[in-house]
Formats: sequence, structure tokens, C-alpha cells
Amino acid sequence: MTDQTAIHDWIRKTIATNDVVLFMKGTSKFPQCGFSAQVTQMLNHLGVPFKDVNVLDDMSIRDGIKTFTNWPTIPQLYVKGEFVGGCDIVREMFQEGELHQLIHDKGIAHTNHSHHA
Amino acid sequence: MSAEMRMRDALFIGLEPTRLDIINESELHAGHRGSPGTGESHFRILVVSPKFAGRSRVERHRMVNDMLAAELKRGVHALALATYAPGERVRE
Repeated sequence: MTDQTAIHDWIRKTIATNDVVLFMKGTSKFPQCGFSAQVTQMLNHLGVPFKDVNVLDDMSIRDGIKTFTNWPTIPQLYVKGEFVGGCDIVREMFQEGELHQLIHDKGIAHTNHSHHA
Repeated sequence: MSAEMRMRDALFIGLEPTRLDIINESELHAGHRGSPGTGESHFRILVVSPKFAGRSRVERHRMVNDMLAAELKRGVHALALATYAPGERVRE
């Protein structure tokens, strides 16, 4: 119980101190799941720097992020401390130009300013 | 009754959809790590429901995940979801 609280605190701190956080399987350099790889690719396409948290490194984070967000799957994207979605939602937003808009609206520095997906 | 049928029932009751496509993609994932090999592990669901109107994507997905929680516990491993309210442009 305290364990889960400690993990949730760690997650809260991580998403508060990093503008963009992706909880993923593998790392941004070496994603180990197709869905995590897709989200990584979309963020890279927009040129958005992000902190990757590899849930495969720590079972307690893998379980903890699911209860923290009340979301059953990985990856999970957080922007400015807010949960944006999993792979399906992020892809939809990317395709509609909404992801770029969100990054822009939140004032997050990114290198690709074209709206083309 | 198959997992697909149970999910169809649960979503019909919960969402009163005007369209509900459930596509079994388990074959595509056969043999990958974490795939239980039941033939009912991976599904793609497209659903159009008036109950989604005015709700965010995250809220919509949470509604579906809650309605299918029993199946997710029983062996359905992954759901690819596309959720629309009537009148929204459906991406096929």
C-alpha cells in the first residue's frame, strides 16, 4: 500500500518536472513494443523532446502507472502533467494535427513547425 | 460464447451504438510475447455512439475499457479503439 503511494508520488513528481513524459516499453532509442515505437516516432516527427520512462525496468512502475492514470495499457503520454492518451488516441490526434496544436498551445519547444503529418 | 460475442453484448447494452465493428486481429499477433494464443487476444473496435457526444477521447476510451473490464481480465490482451459520436468523421 505504502509502496503504491510511493510509486504514485514518484510518477506525480516526474510528470510535474518534465513537460512531456512517455511511459513506454523500452526506451526512446530502443522501443520494445510496436505501440510505444509509434508514439515515439510521432513525437520525434514533431521534434518534441520528451522524457522516456521504461516500464519494463520496474514492475512497480508498470503497475503503478496503470492505477495512477486509471488506464489499462502502455504507452501513456503526459503533457504538462496531464494525461493525453494511449497509442490510439495519440495517433488520432497526430493525424488530425491536434497533437501539434496541443504541444504548441502548451508552449512546449519543438523543432518541426509544419502541420503536415 | 466467445469473447467477441460477450464484448459485442456489453457494448450494445452500454453504448447503444449506431455502428459497432469488432475485428479480431489475434492472428496478426500470434506468437508475440504476451500473446496467450487463445485466438481471442487482440481486437480492433470501431464504435459510433450517441453516448460519446461531448466526451473527450480519454473519457470515451475509459467508458469502453470499463465495460470490457471483465474480458480484459479474462484474456483479451489488447484493444485498438476508435470512438466516435454520431456526425463525427469516421476514419476507416
